[in-house]
Amino acid sequence: MSYNNISEVITVNMGPQHPSTHGVLRLVVDLDGETIVNVEPDVGYLHRGTEKLAENRTYHQCIPLTDRLDYLSPLSNNLAYCLAVEKFFDVKIPERADYLRVILAELARVASHLVWIATHALDIGAMTVFLYAFREREEILDLFEIGTGQRMTSSWIRIGGIRADMPEEFFVRAKDFVERFDKNVDTYENLLTNNRIWKMRTIGIGHLSAEDVQDYGTSGPLMRGSGVDFDLRRDEPYCCYDKFQWEIPVQPEGDTYARYKVRMKELREANKIVGQALETLPAGPVMTDDPRVALPAHEDVYERMEALIRRFYIVSKGFKAPKGETYQGIEAPKGELGFYIVSEGEERPYRMKVRAPSYVNLGALNHMAKGHMLADLVAIIGTNDVVLGEIDR
Amino acid sequence: MGLIERKLPDNVLTTSVDTVINYCRKSSIWPVTFGLACCAIEMMACGAAKYDFDRMGIIFRGTPRQSDLMIVAGTVTRKMAPVVRKVYLQMPEPKWVIAIGSCATSGGIYNTYSTVQGVDEIIPVDFYVPGCPPRPEAFYDAIVALQQKIMTEKVIRK
Repeated sequence: MSYNNISEVITVNMGPQHPSTHGVLRLVVDLDGETIVNVEPDVGYLHRGTEKLAENRTYHQCIPLTDRLDYLSPLSNNLAYCLAVEKFFDVKIPERADYLRVILAELARVASHLVWIATHALDIGAMTVFLYAFREREEILDLFEIGTGQRMTSSWIRIGGIRADMPEEFFVRAKDFVERFDKNVDTYENLLTNNRIWKMRTIGIGHLSAEDVQDYGTSGPLMRGSGVDFDLRRDEPYCCYDKFQWEIPVQPEGDTYARYKVRMKELREANKIVGQALETLPAGPVMTDDPRVALPAHEDVYERMEALIRRFYIVSKGFKAPKGETYQGIEAPKGELGFYIVSEGEERPYRMKVRAPSYVNLGALNHMAKGHMLADLVAIIGTNDVVLGEIDR
Repeated sequence: MGLIERKLPDNVLTTSVDTVINYCRKSSIWPVTFGLACCAIEMMACGAAKYDFDRMGIIFRGTPRQSDLMIVAGTVTRKMAPVVRKVYLQMPEPKWVIAIGSCATSGGIYNTYSTVQGVDEIIPVDFYVPGCPPRPEAFYDAIVALQQKIMTEKVIRK
């Protein structure tokens, strides 16, 4: 009997302490030689009980919890949650707040994709991209700090608008950033797009056909990289995305390289949206004056007794949402991020379910990895762009 | 120095063994990459170009067996706790631990059934950094504090 005929499946543990599992993901990999037979993700190493906590918090107090779900783009989570709660009341959001929400959400998308390209390339062996991508990410975090006071978890998007208007410096620096950013994306593309090693490691790896996308329910770049033209920003519009001109990148190939191209294009398109929003930003208030959800303005509180009482009431006790349920999905950087909130007519949600894109996308991991080498698994996790914060919640 | 100075050739300094060993240790702290949650993203930012921890001799290692510092950056859950402890035990002596962020220091906002209320319940911690997540400057501060602590340690006589 020759050595080649021996075929034995061995089980290997990968994670949760592994540099390229993007956090605390644990994979149980069945290997035949170096070929993957089966991958089973073991999640729950970052289960913090966010959904349970939300049941004991008022609607306003839930916002900081949402920040820490997908911690690469906290503002997208804020946006999805606030839109879901606003559906209960049918609140009219001031136009300026809508525009600023779009600016913040798209900057968050850029920041999230920059971490993706940094870690994805680092895992495959291209260290330089990491340093360049984090250079631009730092600029975005600086922007957030100027505008919101926090680098990452700012909770700036509130129910009924945003917390406060941005200082003038934010707009100046943001415009400057938008002008330069396209050239920076060129830098990353110069390093990767025609790089022979990069192509060898990504083309044909982790294939996902359009049917698979439907079967597994993957969303975001994992869907558009497989030729499915769907984007919630266009197909189920929220905020004021219909006012901007931008394209939805779609690639038919369905492999890791196609998803790379989709995300690189998305970086440019998100930047385009931010640029347009900054150009056409209308003046006006940034918080609705709807007394059911919004805190009364400070000037009113100092002058009118009713406003003082109302403010005290909302801060200390919260506001009651009507009985019913609501769902709002947004196009987060990772895919469709949805908040499903059930209300029993109290100040607290009876149940808050998060439809986390990473969690659903991770379901397709086994299908994508089967038949590939163990080393390709690293590339496949990278292209999946998982964030354990929202998978385990 | 007065008497010895004249007996030694040029460029020879006298000091204690402790100082030399501690100086070497503090100048090449190798932390194990052990990102748990949000704070790990700030830890990555520390390693990137703007904050550049390499200049302090800090090089992130993928394995606990080559490291002497564990930066616990993120929420430690009950499922993760045995793993954290195991990684800590795998590290060779001498070793130090920095708990980064509210979750690792005290559980933070996650006072729930699944979260360990501070990583010091399972492993000894040298420095706590508050923040959610802390800024890279705060990471920096913790590293500088750790370096000062290392310089005060006694190596030859424990």
